[in-house]
Amino acid sequence: MNDRPDIGVEPLAQTITGHTVPALPRGVRVHDDKVRARTVLLAPERTLALDETSIAILNVTDGARSVRQISEALAEAYAAPVDVIEADVIGFFEALRDKRMVELT
Amino acid sequence: MTEALEAERVKPSSAATPAPPIALLAELTHRCPLACPYCSNPVALKPSSEELTTEQWVRVLREAAALGVLHVHFSGGEPLARSDLAELTAAARNAGLYTNLITSGIGLTQKRLKALAEAGMDHVQLSLQGTDAAMADLVAGYKGGYERKLAVADWVRAEGLPLTVNAVCHRHNMDRLEEMIDLSVRLGARRLEVATVQFHGWAERNRTQLMPTPEQAQTATRIVGEARERLRGILVIDYVPADYHARYPKPCMEGWGRVGLNIDPTGKVLPCHAAETIGWLEFDNVRSRLLDEIWYDGAAFNAFRGTDWMQEPCQSCERRDIDFGGCRCQAMALAGDAAATDPVCVKSPLHGELQTLAASAAHEPDTEFVYRGRA
Ligand code: SF4
Ligand code: SF4
Repeated sequence: MNDRPDIGVEPLAQTITGHTVPALPRGVRVHDDKVRARTVLLAPERTLALDETSIAILNVTDGARSVRQISEALAEAYAAPVDVIEADVIGFFEALRDKRMVELT
Repeated sequence: MTEALEAERVKPSSAATPAPPIALLAELTHRCPLACPYCSNPVALKPSSEELTTEQWVRVLREAAALGVLHVHFSGGEPLARSDLAELTAAARNAGLYTNLITSGIGLTQKRLKALAEAGMDHVQLSLQGTDAAMADLVAGYKGGYERKLAVADWVRAEGLPLTVNAVCHRHNMDRLEEMIDLSVRLGARRLEVATVQFHGWAERNRTQLMPTPEQAQTATRIVGEARERLRGILVIDYVPADYHARYPKPCMEGWGRVGLNIDPTGKVLPCHAAETIGWLEFDNVRSRLLDEIWYDGAAFNAFRGTDWMQEPCQSCERRDIDFGGCRCQAMALAGDAAATDPVCVKSPLHGELQTLAASAAHEPDTEFVYRGRA
């Protein structure tokens, strides 16, 4: 095994800032759970029930928008201060990062 | 908002109103090129002539989705032994299910993996029996398997699919847990499942060969704890500790008939993969009954739902909604009564005896394994 090439795994979990661009990776997807009348995020061996804020964030997460841009879009839609929203958005993606359910660039 | 992100805990349901199941383990076949001595398949393996047909599985997958199942785990045996696996994957995705392939990797080619990915496979869970060819091939009873598995891991990553490494731990490989964690990171796995062997099926036959020492079990728990911290955001580690050395039992299946169900290759519906060891239970088959009815009304599923069936000390115990009295199959095997307190528990009258048995099994000299399906 020692002769395997280093595939470049980062040594530490990535810090999330306003410039970070989040995307749901392959194998992580939003699902309409009709039987229980709710929306869930499906991932390897995990099911997370999403609340309305989480759904709103994921609706504007397209792999192109940064955390700041996502927050601005939501601030406008909900008429709330962008800094408050951004703290929530960062918290949301940190929780997903620790579960290996988001890709960050 | 972050509360919503806590892994879902299904509320305890009374026997009268069980919640719909979340996960289906679809044991497509008992055929497998490997021969792991801890395989969870029953000792009496079912022949391929008795397996459900493609049409029957497709119907069952639809019934499962309608019932509320979200995840289907294609397992076996080796599910790749079914030539209709891509077809079943597509059917599961069309029904709205999240699809997981639990595989040894043997029998996979890059071309077939691509076909499975195109059919909608969401996730691949690859078993590794060791961290080098000598150990891995000895445990699996299959020469050349290890190299093959490493290639499969590369293909999965190249395909962009999430990879979980599945490592069953026992006396022979537990001291290499650090290496297994490093290897998983190097292979690009997002998740590692470290499961200490559970003594059902073939593992029970190999108990004296597989039983870890209490020291190994403790060290493994410490290593997992440290690695979880160090690798936060890089590798998620799910861990099943060695319960023979524990004070309290595992919450087996997160409760009988509460979150998941198994369907065996012949269509028999089981509350857990070892449930057939409880001889008096009667199981329904998807060939003759709807899955919905089996889940809600089936005798086997209702046998240990809720808490009414519990004896003392479980009945009045404050942990009964945490561990559900432990594992029914273990109670059957060790106490001779499936409704007894799991003998792993300190409150069981059999706890002391079990600790002695585990300690002496752990110090038996190493001899040959009884390989699955070859004895
Ligand atoms: S545990 Fe080993 S022998 Fe059993 S099905 Fe899995 S790979 Fe095959
Ligand atoms: S007595 Fe029963 S419920 Fe209480 S901890 Fe032991 S096994 Fe669990």
